[in-house]
Amino acid sequence: MKLVIAMIQPHKLPDVKKALFDAGIHKMTVTNVVGCGQQKGYSETYRGVVHNVNLLKKVRLEIGVNEEFVKPTIQAIIKGAKTGKIGDGKIFVMELARCIRVRTEEEGNDAIG
Amino acid sequence: MKIVIAIIQPHKLEAVKKELYKVEVNLITVSPVLGHGKQKGVNEVYRGVKEVGNFLRKVRLEIAVNDNFVEPTIKAIVKGAKTGKIGDGKIFVYPLERCIRIRTEEEGSAAIG
Amino acid sequence: MEMINAGDTAWVLASSALVMLMTPGLAFFYGGMVRRKNVLGILMQCFIILCAVSLQWVLFGYSLSFAPGNPLVGGLQWLGLSGVGQAPNPDYAATIPHLAFMIFQAMFAVITPALIIGAFAERVKFSAFLIFTLLWATFVYDPLCHMVWGVGGWLRSLGALDFAGGTVVHINAGVAGLVATLVIGKRRGYENTPTPLHNLPFVVLGAALLWFGWFGFNAGSALGAGALAAQAFVTTHIAAAAAGLSWALLEWNVNGRPTIFGTVTGVVAGLVAITPAAGFVAVPSAIIIGILVSVFCFYAVSVVKPKLGYDDSLDAFGVHGIGGIWGALATGLFATKSVNAAGADGFFYGNPQQFVNQFIAVGVTVVFTAVVTFVILKVVDALVGLRVKEEDEEIGLDLTQHQEVAYTVLE
Repeated sequence: MKLVIAMIQPHKLPDVKKALFDAGIHKMTVTNVVGCGQQKGYSETYRGVVHNVNLLKKVRLEIGVNEEFVKPTIQAIIKGAKTGKIGDGKIFVMELARCIRVRTEEEGNDAIG
Repeated sequence: MKIVIAIIQPHKLEAVKKELYKVEVNLITVSPVLGHGKQKGVNEVYRGVKEVGNFLRKVRLEIAVNDNFVEPTIKAIVKGAKTGKIGDGKIFVYPLERCIRIRTEEEGSAAIG
Repeated sequence: MEMINAGDTAWVLASSALVMLMTPGLAFFYGGMVRRKNVLGILMQCFIILCAVSLQWVLFGYSLSFAPGNPLVGGLQWLGLSGVGQAPNPDYAATIPHLAFMIFQAMFAVITPALIIGAFAERVKFSAFLIFTLLWATFVYDPLCHMVWGVGGWLRSLGALDFAGGTVVHINAGVAGLVATLVIGKRRGYENTPTPLHNLPFVVLGAALLWFGWFGFNAGSALGAGALAAQAFVTTHIAAAAAGLSWALLEWNVNGRPTIFGTVTGVVAGLVAITPAAGFVAVPSAIIIGILVSVFCFYAVSVVKPKLGYDDSLDAFGVHGIGGIWGALATGLFATKSVNAAGADGFFYGNPQQFVNQFIAVGVTVVFTAVVTFVILKVVDALVGLRVKEEDEEIGLDLTQHQEVAYTVLE
């Protein structure tokens, strides 16, 4: 099992969600985060005084999947989130050692879907 | 590649960010979280009723790095966040299997920066 | 009692309620501008002033301000409102109960120290703030109020015009704020850490309440429901409108985008500037006063403040001090007897002396306020210490001073 974590542009969330649903992936956890990367940030002006903001609003997706779903998940996220411009985001894949469904206490591949 | 996750005091975020920039770690994802550790939580009083041991506000950093950046990243976080008092936070390091840049679909170490 | 006019009384009482609402309005105006960890601190300071200064006022503040006394301060004969009753006091307002005049003035005494909060936001100990406020109300506001408005007050005898409190309220609070920020010092990390405002819609809501309440502040200062109230009502509204538009256009031109924060700041600056002039100037003059105040205040907060590096956190001086000084001087330029026979002609109506009078009134206010405020701050600092601990400032005033927080993270 793998844990896929993706940071994407907030306005791309509906597109990514649709692409994931189309690929048969319905489980995900979404968080509001701020982050910085190659995008250099932007400036806000308050009463004429310019503030540089370098932590930009992003959305973080967290998806636990079985091995065979890793590829479709990554493809779906790319399909939904890619614009080709800086700031599109990142996808991380990590080993997921165990997964337990709280309701039934099932473990492993059965619990993940 | 590794994912470094740190839970720190919210007011130390700026200092940590600055230290991370110094060691050229520019990709950071930040989210507000609540937590409990050895600190027993804060007391808040509402209309005379004391609420003991509420969760503490913390900030969670998530940083994907190449292996040779793990040590500098940890050192920078410690440097920025450490006060020596209870509540300074924790740092966790996980193995990161894959990393994909959505914009270019590059993979691996090249995608991480 | 037969001299009481029902319409005048109704308007002054309604105006008192309008001015009362300005302090909670200011609480939101300022509260939105601070970081989320300090918003309750601001709201608390404003509400405590509403409570504490109202009591100070009826116990002795009103007497020090308005009772017959010497040219600098009122006497003590109206302590605890003794002799201040339902019958009118013809020295101040002949057609309304003395109590109505008293409570209208109470709301002014409340909002003035509340304005200062903006200068030292996010770093002052609550106990120190409370002691400072009571001392300041007693030793700065009350005497200055007497000098400008009290019978026998020396600025009043000098012939300086101040319709609704440009000197007493705005210059006074603005300069006190500047002195306070210099004595107390900057917020920690002011230069290299952004201190972004946490809730701009609160700021807009607060500005809207201020604009609404200001009709009581200025038109109520006619102390009657007559032609002069209508004049002040219209000049107030128009100056605010002109200033808001002026700030937005200026910002659009300088920074490339007009902002809501700038626009509401301009509106408040316009309201400040028209305050001393409201019942003395014609409507076209109000437009000019409004347009220009935004230019001066914009320059003060976006160029002068960053250059000099003082941390007037929410621009109490930049908006109220600068706007108030401009308003007081503009009154000396634009006042005309054709609007208010009890007023005077200004510079543009053939009476340069009036401008000089206004200038003296501004100068006296600035010096008096600066000196006494400085002394009070030093006294409070010696008593309890003005600033919160470094760590408390980082954690925020809400939790450290009041043990409560404004926003939950979960649920």
